[in-house]
Amino acid sequence: MAVKSLKKRESELASTKRQLEILSNGIFQSGELPTFANKIKETNQFPLKPKKIEILQINVGYMCNQVCSHCHVDAGPDRKEIMTRETMQQCLDVIEKTGAHTLDLTGGAPEMNPHFRWFVEEASKIGVKDFIVRSNLTIIRANKKYYDLPEFFKKHNVHVVSSMPHWTRGKTDKQRGDGVFDKSIKALQELNAVGYGMPDSDLRLDLVYNPSGAFLPGDQAAMEKDFKKALLEDFGIQFHNLFAITNLPISRFLDYLIASENYEDYMYSLVEAFNPGAVANVMCTNTISVSWDGWLYDCDFNQMLDLKVASKVKHISEYNEEELHNRNIIISQHCYGCTAGAGSSCQGTVA
Amino acid sequence: MDKSYYNPRDLKKFGSITEWSEELGNKFFEYYGKVFEEGALTPREKSLIALAVAHTEQCPYCIDAYSQDGLQRGITKEEMMEAIHVGAAIKSGATLVHGVQMMNKVNKLEM
Repeated sequence: MAVKSLKKRESELASTKRQLEILSNGIFQSGELPTFANKIKETNQFPLKPKKIEILQINVGYMCNQVCSHCHVDAGPDRKEIMTRETMQQCLDVIEKTGAHTLDLTGGAPEMNPHFRWFVEEASKIGVKDFIVRSNLTIIRANKKYYDLPEFFKKHNVHVVSSMPHWTRGKTDKQRGDGVFDKSIKALQELNAVGYGMPDSDLRLDLVYNPSGAFLPGDQAAMEKDFKKALLEDFGIQFHNLFAITNLPISRFLDYLIASENYEDYMYSLVEAFNPGAVANVMCTNTISVSWDGWLYDCDFNQMLDLKVASKVKHISEYNEEELHNRNIIISQHCYGCTAGAGSSCQGTVA
Repeated sequence: MDKSYYNPRDLKKFGSITEWSEELGNKFFEYYGKVFEEGALTPREKSLIALAVAHTEQCPYCIDAYSQDGLQRGITKEEMMEAIHVGAAIKSGATLVHGVQMMNKVNKLEM
């Protein structure tokens, strides 16, 4: 597994321009496979338009204690992009006036941002209906200063969403790094201990499953059943829902696909599994993604490809939902990842 | 014509067999789909059976398809290999049990 980000390694794929070229060339340029735009034209879904904004997803920084091999953020300890308190204040101003019912904090490891706790405290005062923090779990065990995170999350009624690629050590550590499985299990047990994930608890604990390789996720409900059985029997762990998320062919996962000579077959799988029903509910239609430096994107993936919203309003400082509503969503071939099979979003399947 | 009997891309064209016999082709795919639905056995168990049979039939298309299907269902490598051993055991058992026939014949013929 890589121990440094693509950016630190000065990889060709650290360039978003290069990634977009790869996604537009080859099998898509030759017409062997249809571009995403042409595919959604077949079902009269082009241009892709947003609906009401329901989710504000804020990426508070790309720094992370892990360097997962599939990471679309190219996050890691060597990434220094961190949201400042000033930008967080701009986000809080927006949270106060937005009609969105869900606030979704992500990273990197959002907890590593030095202003993270202040931001959570201030945001929870505003009173968001569903306040999500995407925690990688191991951060809770990474350093003493994070040991109280389960209590902190509980105090602010945070909805914890955590990654877990498999219920076995081997598959988990291969994707997320040596020792990640054991630390994740310990962190889940600690979250359970304060009430997270328990059957009748209001303290929501959901897990995210990403396939650990060049294949699509299986049926979400069946996977949830298997995860629940295995984690309960082996470790006494309980959680609420499992979100099955497809790996999109960008950043480190694209790097892996190319290096392992799986890129073309993977794109074939995504295109073959294209589901027009998923297009209607794809997450860019109800989400705005905010980057660490305050720019606005249709989704976290477009953020990582540096495809800012096609709107007059491009920054959190000038946020205007009416104006954003008029935009067209920017698409490329990576979008096939969110429309394959039952669809994929940060909240799991969509179709 | 290709110079190889097997081409991985041909698996993706499996559906095209209906073009030369639509009714039978469609009936087959309908049956196939039904077989793999949840029943008394789970789709996960059926996937492992399919993987084992894919090996005993030595069908490269089926091996590709059900290795990938197993991964998608979260089936572990250990489970997949055990399933193949079940297939291999039956396959070799089927060979060896005929040894009794050979012994019967030899015993009958020998003085």
